[in-house]
Amino acid sequence: MNNTWSNIQTVCKRELTGYFASPVAYVFIVIFLVLIGFFTFSAQLGQFFERQEASLAAFFTWHPWIYLFLVPAVGMRLWSEERRQGTLELLFTMPVTPWQAILGKFLASWAFLILALLLTFPIIFTVSYLGSPDIGPIICGYVGSIFLAGGYLAVSSMTSAITRNQVISFILSVVICLFLILAGYPPVTDMLIQWAPSWLVDTISAFSVMTHFFSFQRGVLDSRDVIFFLSLIGFCLFTTSVILRSLRTN
Amino acid sequence: MIKVSNLVKTFGPKVAVNRISFEVERGEVLGFLGPNGAGKSTTMRMITGFIPLTEGNITVGGHSIVDNPIPAKRLIGYLPENAPAYPDMTVRGFLSFAAEIRGLRGAEKNKAIDRVVELCFLESVVHQSVDTLSKGYRHRTCFAQSIIHDPDILILDEPTDGLDPNQKHEVRGIIKRMGEKKAIIFSTHILEEVEAVCSRAIIIDRGKIVANGTPAELKGRSKSAGRVRLKLGGLSGSVAREKLTQLPSVEHVTLLNDDATAATLDVSSKSPNGSLNAQIADLAHQEQWRIIELYTQEGKLDEVFRTITLPDTKIKEGSAA
Ligand SMILES: Nc1ncnc2c1ncn2[C@@H]1O[C@H](COP(=O)(O)OP(=O)(O)OP(=O)(O)O)[C@@H](O)[C@H]1O
Ligand SMILES: [Mg+2]
Repeated sequence: MNNTWSNIQTVCKRELTGYFASPVAYVFIVIFLVLIGFFTFSAQLGQFFERQEASLAAFFTWHPWIYLFLVPAVGMRLWSEERRQGTLELLFTMPVTPWQAILGKFLASWAFLILALLLTFPIIFTVSYLGSPDIGPIICGYVGSIFLAGGYLAVSSMTSAITRNQVISFILSVVICLFLILAGYPPVTDMLIQWAPSWLVDTISAFSVMTHFFSFQRGVLDSRDVIFFLSLIGFCLFTTSVILRSLRTN
Repeated sequence: MIKVSNLVKTFGPKVAVNRISFEVERGEVLGFLGPNGAGKSTTMRMITGFIPLTEGNITVGGHSIVDNPIPAKRLIGYLPENAPAYPDMTVRGFLSFAAEIRGLRGAEKNKAIDRVVELCFLESVVHQSVDTLSKGYRHRTCFAQSIIHDPDILILDEPTDGLDPNQKHEVRGIIKRMGEKKAIIFSTHILEEVEAVCSRAIIIDRGKIVANGTPAELKGRSKSAGRVRLKLGGLSGSVAREKLTQLPSVEHVTLLNDDATAATLDVSSKSPNGSLNAQIADLAHQEQWRIIELYTQEGKLDEVFRTITLPDTKIKEGSAA
């Protein structure tokens, strides 16, 4: 058990040092912060000031869309790079189980995304300065955003195991994540409801990250939402392990 | 320490490894030889637990690599073909990762890193990023990774590939020294390496073991093994051949070169007992020949390698055409 954890930690640490060895990590964080600032404060998009309310709704609304491109950009290299460099052979002949390796690498990139997200903290001060916001929904919103990033990242982990080509891995995971958004995106569900029975639309939207992500912002941690994201992550990481095993078989 | 029995690996319809069995004990250095695509790397990948077996059994230090991979992998140090390493790390960072994953921490880890850095001559590049290393240095870095935990078992896939002659010599020296206390398997295309380092060699061809023995035994199989080469001065070659043919244990004498200053002859023996050399020396003494050269040929490994693996290749090409 002890050994399991220390293996996961070692893999995780290796992955993280890899990120920060190049300027790419810093560039990514800057792009993330600029994008999120732009979307939040833009008079057309987020309408942070125009809303005249002390909440972060304008901030969180855009996360699913910004993550749609930025998270696959972080996750696309997870396994495709190991395969391309041949280091997969090194990693899987070391005394580490595939699960430890998959989890270690996943946690490293998740931690990186969480770090980027936490760097948006000045927005909390801004909103507190302008009014007196309810802190509960803000914390829940951040938690939801962390889970959302984790869910997308697990999808990218899966697609990056499929191919050694990072571009293909990126496109695949954007497509899958887009589907996860659209299944519960109001404009889409409103359209669906015109010809599909409502139970079907509800079932489909239950699989959408949107439904669960926005439920976090109401300020309650609903176990169903947490379970949704955890099962999405669990399922995708499990699929990653299946793909990696079948790779080695053929 | 390593026991491989009836190992089979198929990729779709292609049989890459076909019923290979062998054992390696502590103190042995086993050389893997064979033409390209023979199945050497595939066999090593199965022993190290990277790819699953189609059939057969492998135990490493008593642990089955299939049922109990982690304890087995702990005993193994592995240098894969092409020496992969994480390009986004420094050499020291990479070695530190390898040490940590092997359970080394703190002072113990630093000692292990310093040891392999010195052993593999990596001092000048420890702080350099792996992706800027030259091929030979990357190879040495990956080799260093494989020995960082001082493993009981070493599996090295072409460990001297891409190294300069000095480094080749060093690495051979390291393997030979470590072979006294460990069980080592290494593959190579350099036949002198086998003679210099291995206690035993296996030749694999198209997934099958076609020869297994000490380098001397293998060399003994060569056509030239046991023949005596004789160079005489100031004498007509045909006269010498006449006399030599009359010796009881001589089978055949070939005159290789005959000119005014010297004659070179190749003498083959009826029985491989090795006394031919002495008989010829006695004859030369009686006849008062002036000997410039006289030696028994040991046989050549590349000759054996070719005769064992080449005819098959030709047949294959013929049937494909
Ligand atoms: N993943 C794979 N899928 C299909 N065929 C494979 C795979 N890996 C190896 N092979 C085939 O198995 C055979 C053995 O390959 P292997 O790499 O073991 O050869 P080798 O003896 O190491 O050759 P070399 O001296 O060139 O390194 C080859 O014919 C190769 O094409
Ligand atoms: Mg090979």
